[in-house]
Amino acid sequence: MRFDLTDEQKALREMLTDFLRDRFGGAQGVEATAHSELDAELWSDVTELGLAGAMVPEDAGGLGLDLLTAAVIAEVVGHYAVPAPVIPSILAAWLIATAGSEEQKGKWLPKLLGEGALASFALADEGGWRPADWTLDGEAPAGVKRNVERADGADLFIVGGRGGTLSLVEAASVVSTPIDSLDRSRPLFDVTFDGSAADVLSRDLVLAERLFDALCVCIAADALGAASAIQARAIDYAKERKQYGQLIGAFQALKHQLADMSVELEPARPLVWYAAHAWDMGQDDAPRMAALAKAHLTDIAVVVARGAIEAHGGIGYTWEHPAHLFLKRAMADRSLLGGVNEHRERAAALAGW
Amino acid sequence: MDLRYTAEQTAYKERVRSFLEEHWAPVEDKRDLSAVARLRKLATEEGFLYRGVPRRYGGSEQAPDVIRAQIIREEFAAARAPMEVFGNGVALVVPTLIEWGTDEQKNLFIEKTLRGEYRWAQGYSEPGSGSDLASLSARAELDGDEWVINGHKIWTTLAQYATHMFALVRTEPDAPKHKGISYILLDMKSPGVTVRPIKQINGDTEFCEVFLDDVRTPASMLVGPRGEGWNVSRSTLKHERNHIGSSTRTMPMFRSLVKLAQRRQVNGSPAIEDPRIRSALVQIEGYLQSQLWAGYYQQTLAANNESPGVLGLVNKLTTTNFFHRVAQLSHEIIGDDTLRAPKQGRDRGGDERWVNQMLGSLGQAISGGTSNIQRNIIAERGLGLPRSGSEN
Repeated sequence: MRFDLTDEQKALREMLTDFLRDRFGGAQGVEATAHSELDAELWSDVTELGLAGAMVPEDAGGLGLDLLTAAVIAEVVGHYAVPAPVIPSILAAWLIATAGSEEQKGKWLPKLLGEGALASFALADEGGWRPADWTLDGEAPAGVKRNVERADGADLFIVGGRGGTLSLVEAASVVSTPIDSLDRSRPLFDVTFDGSAADVLSRDLVLAERLFDALCVCIAADALGAASAIQARAIDYAKERKQYGQLIGAFQALKHQLADMSVELEPARPLVWYAAHAWDMGQDDAPRMAALAKAHLTDIAVVVARGAIEAHGGIGYTWEHPAHLFLKRAMADRSLLGGVNEHRERAAALAGW
Repeated sequence: MDLRYTAEQTAYKERVRSFLEEHWAPVEDKRDLSAVARLRKLATEEGFLYRGVPRRYGGSEQAPDVIRAQIIREEFAAARAPMEVFGNGVALVVPTLIEWGTDEQKNLFIEKTLRGEYRWAQGYSEPGSGSDLASLSARAELDGDEWVINGHKIWTTLAQYATHMFALVRTEPDAPKHKGISYILLDMKSPGVTVRPIKQINGDTEFCEVFLDDVRTPASMLVGPRGEGWNVSRSTLKHERNHIGSSTRTMPMFRSLVKLAQRRQVNGSPAIEDPRIRSALVQIEGYLQSQLWAGYYQQTLAANNESPGVLGLVNKLTTTNFFHRVAQLSHEIIGDDTLRAPKQGRDRGGDERWVNQMLGSLGQAISGGTSNIQRNIIAERGLGLPRSGSEN
């Protein structure tokens, strides 16, 4: 009985934290999101770390790690509001390695793992986010997929179709229309598919649900990272800003506000870990825990982020200060893959209530 | 991450389970006091209870093992078997005596406390000294071979049933406030002790005022050095740090709340089918599951002697907030039954007993360090914010 990360997971967290702190630990985040295109140098460095292959088996060229490890990565990525699709790359490569034919794997895994090719999930459409709600024809998708992250730079789309079909569509055949996205670290697009035949990866609704749950767990972890980052910044600020002749962090009103953020966030991290672990073990409670974690973490993250901006005072309300990046990241996490009530209802239904 | 028990731990779990099947299942009546006492004795001999207490004082003196402690808790809970005697004596006095007590004090008090013969009142708070406990003014003066105690204690839990009191009193009036306090033991039957129960907002009388007027206790009843009472009182059960971030109270409460929502009607259909109530239930479960897994995480850290950091400081507020959320939702679910006063004593009454949850959740917020004091602790010790107040 051991409920903790492995030494390997902790080391990976350290390594990634060091890597990202150098790039985004200060105010660089605001600058980094001034342009919506993916920073080629950043992406090349991320590719070099081999993160895309995190959940791909070792004999297929990956690291052979689990969703818990991906969730640990997601928390760090959220903590620095990294403007690069790290988690989509991990789960796209996992999906192709899990469900792909030899030909599909041979074609895409080397590109995704070694050459920095970009895969985007095109899931939400008029029907909604969840696999059972997807309306496009998976064999030959025709129509619009909403809120697709970084469609402009994608080499490959993983398209969700009716009945949970998952298909591969190459970028050349689609039209991507940018959305003026709130969260500038993850620009979104509406993507129109022209109805040409797709390369079907899976027709298994269960697998599509499993992908969706994995995305939910990682979004929960991302929100946790964003919220803990902005809380940490508010704490640092309370230790340097003076008013009335003393550090504002000595005022109980602010102390209590910052402490309450810890009461929300600290116990929630083990919930994310458990949801990931339940998924890794293929437990029956995995879908419910994914829904619960998605709803809980994104809900509290937005509350914490709002409070942390307030704790900064006027400076936190400026575009130049990075605080808003984390609020917007948390707000996007709250909406991506479906809202809080939607996931709470899913968890209630899965409990048989 | 590995949530399975090892073969050794599984065997231990089996041992606890078969022990309970043999010795508790045939009785299974917590009101049968002799059966309860018999089970505790046998369970202590087996090493299941009082694991941090030396054998010569009636404990089972086991090597610290957080996982075994957890297995024992789980199996006893599953069998609805009584564990250690509940209360301040076992939780606070025994660990303090083990760390600081004289042989005489240990021999006199520990075993009888473990058996429940001695029940302890905690004489800490005073009318003028609540959150700022170290400002207390009850005093003890040495008169020959006896201490003479005068003071007024309050919020003393179950003092009306206590046989003894452990108290903080000022013995060095000229020392700085934390340095002038001693930890002292006295017999509640001594002349000069007057207990006045206090009626609470829910009608219960769980705590009291205790007046100490020229109460005499032997000089040998001081625990630890004179003037060191503040440090002495900080002794807690370090052995297995039982119940770290425990969800033993919150989990059954949540199950009851779900049953209540399934049973009660709102607008002509079961409350649990109401979208707002379903959503609120899952929201509360998000906090519950967080507490549950944060508890397992903290047990793992404790087993490896690693610090839980800020997480270790939020546990009381986690429970307090949970109780508060349950109270609010139960209020919604029982509707007009909220207008009724909850029953007292054995008569549990109808669903208006959830009103007790609304009132009792406030008790949880106040007792053992108010929520605002907890927030100060998190902010100062956990987040490193500057200390406030003129002296600390």
